[in-house]
Amino acid sequence: MFELLGIPPQALFGQLLLGLINGSFYALLSLGLAIIFGLLNIINFTHGAQYMMGAFVAWMLLNYAGIPYWGALLLVPVIVGITGVVLERLLISRLYHLDHLYGLLLTFGLALIITGVFRNQYGISGLPYAIPGQLSGGQNLGFMFLPNYRGWVVVASLVVCLGTWFVIEKTRLGAYLRAATENPTMVGAFGINVPRLITLTYGFGVGLAAFAGVLAAPIYSVNPNMGADVIIVVFAVVVIGGMGSILGSILTGFGLGLVEGLTRVFYPEGSAVVIFVIMAIVLLVKPAGLFGREA
Amino acid sequence: MPALHMWIFAGLLLIGLAAPYVLYPVFVMKVLCFALFACAFNLLLGFGGLLSFGHAAYFGGASYVSAHAAKVWGLTPELAILTGTLAAAGLGLAIGSLAIRRQGIYFAMVTLAFAQMVFFFSIQAPFTGGEDGIQSVPRGHLFGLIPMAPDRNLYFFVLAVVFIGLLVIYRIIHSPFGQVLKGIRDNEPRMISLGYRTRRYKLAVFVLSATLAGVAGATKAIVFQLASLTDVYWTMSGEVVLMTLLGGMGTVFGPILGAAVIVTMQNYLATFGDWVTIGQGIIFVVAVMLFREGIVGVLARLIRRPL
Repeated sequence: MFELLGIPPQALFGQLLLGLINGSFYALLSLGLAIIFGLLNIINFTHGAQYMMGAFVAWMLLNYAGIPYWGALLLVPVIVGITGVVLERLLISRLYHLDHLYGLLLTFGLALIITGVFRNQYGISGLPYAIPGQLSGGQNLGFMFLPNYRGWVVVASLVVCLGTWFVIEKTRLGAYLRAATENPTMVGAFGINVPRLITLTYGFGVGLAAFAGVLAAPIYSVNPNMGADVIIVVFAVVVIGGMGSILGSILTGFGLGLVEGLTRVFYPEGSAVVIFVIMAIVLLVKPAGLFGREA
Repeated sequence: MPALHMWIFAGLLLIGLAAPYVLYPVFVMKVLCFALFACAFNLLLGFGGLLSFGHAAYFGGASYVSAHAAKVWGLTPELAILTGTLAAAGLGLAIGSLAIRRQGIYFAMVTLAFAQMVFFFSIQAPFTGGEDGIQSVPRGHLFGLIPMAPDRNLYFFVLAVVFIGLLVIYRIIHSPFGQVLKGIRDNEPRMISLGYRTRRYKLAVFVLSATLAGVAGATKAIVFQLASLTDVYWTMSGEVVLMTLLGGMGTVFGPILGAAVIVTMQNYLATFGDWVTIGQGIIFVVAVMLFREGIVGVLARLIRRPL
C-alpha cells in the first residue's frame, strides 16, 4: 500500500471527492447568485432558504405525492422557481430604484420567514431521503471507492453549470440578458420586455438553488437549517471569485470545494475557516476577486 | 446639544433610573446592552453608510474575552469589560482594514464572512467551551469593592456604562469627524475630490463602532454570567440590523427604541418558539417595503426635527 505525504490514499481521495461534491454545491449556488446579481443588482440572501426549499419540496413530492427522485429533479426547480417569480413580482421589483442594501435586507427577512416556517412544521432534526435505486452502490476504482450517487452529483452539477454558461455566453437569449445588465433602457427600446426578463432570470436563479437542494437531499439530511451555513460560505466564494464572470463563479466554486477537502486531510481544524482565510488573502491582493472587474 | 435632545436624554436617564423598580432588572439590563449595541451599529450604518452584516463578531467576541478575563484571570468587572472592549477594537481594526476595500453589498458579504470565521473560531478555540460557552462567569466586585452579585447594584453600573456609551456616540456624530462621515455617506467621490482620505475615516468609524459594540457584548457577558455561541452567530448580526432598521437608521434615538421593541418581543414571545423568527422576518419585510425611515424616523419627519 503506497502513501502520499503520509496520508493513506483512500483518505486523501475520499476527502477530495467530498470537496468536489461540496464544490458542486458552491458552484451551483454561487452561479445562481451571480446571475441574479448580474441583472437585479440584488444579493439574494434568500438563496440558502431556497436551496433548503428545494430539498424539502423533493421530500414532500416523494412522501405526499409519491413522485420519485427523477421527477423531483425536474419538477422542484420549476415549483420553487415559481415561488421566486412571485416574490420578485410582489416585493423585490419594488426596490430597484432604492439603494442595493434594501434588497439585501428584504431577502434576509424573507429567509428568516421561510426558515422559520419550515422549522415550525418539521422541527430541526432532519428527514431522511433515500438515494434513488439506480444510483445506489458504487464503483471500486482501485485507489478508492466511489459511491455512484456522489459521482452523479458532480456530473449533474457540471452539466447544469456549463449549460447555463453556454446559454448566457453563446445564445441570443444570453446576449439580451447581458445587454440588459449593461443598459436596460436601451434593451427596452429594442422592444424587449426587460421587467419580464428580470423576473424570469430571478426565477431561473432560484430554480438553480432548488436544483442544488434536490441534489443535496440524499446526501445531507433534509433540515430547515441546511441553507443557513452554506450560504455564508457561498458569499465568501462569491467575494473570492468576483461577480464579474459566470465561468469565474463555477471555477471558484469547484476549486474552493477541493481546497476545503485538502485542508480537511492535512489540517482538519482549519477546514471550516480555510475559505474565509483565502477570502482575506484575496481581498489583500486583488480586492475585486480572482475573476472580477473593478467596479 | 439642542434642547430637545437634552430633554430626551434626561427622560431616558429618568426611565433608566426608575425601570428596575418596575421591571425585572436583568431584563432591563438586556435591553440596555442591546440598545448600546444597536446604537454602535447605527453609527456605522446610519452615519457612515456602511452596512456591516457581521457585527456579532465584535459583540460576541468581546463577550467571550470579558467572560474569560473575569472567570479565569479573575479580573474585576470593569477591567474584564475593558479587556473585552480592547479585543473588539483589535478585531474591528483587523477586519475593517480588509472589509473597507470593498463597497456596498460586497462590504456586507465580506463582513459577514469574517464574522462567520470568528464564529468557527469560537466553536473550536480551547478556551471558549465549545457548544456550552463560558458559563457561571463571576460578576465580581466593582473596583474590587462593591459587590455586583445583587441585580440592583449591577444594574446601576450597567446603566452608567450604557449611558456614557450613548453620549460618546452622540458626541462622535456631532463632531467635525461625524460631519465628514455623513459627507462620505452621501457622496464619497465628492469628499475624495475635496481632499479627504475617505478610507481612513471609514476605517476609523468601523473601529469605533466595533469597539462600542464590544462594550455592549462584554457588559452582557457580565450581566448574564455567560458567553455563548448565539452572540457570535450571524443571526445576531441580523438582529442588530433589524433593531436599527425598525427604530430608524441614521437617527440618534431610533436604535434604542428598536432594541427595546425587539428584546421585549423576544422575551415575551419566547414560548412561541420559531414564531419569533417568523415575526422578525415579517418585521424586516414590512420595514423594508413600507417603513424605511423606522419608527423614530417617521416621528422626526412629523415634528420636522432631527431625532
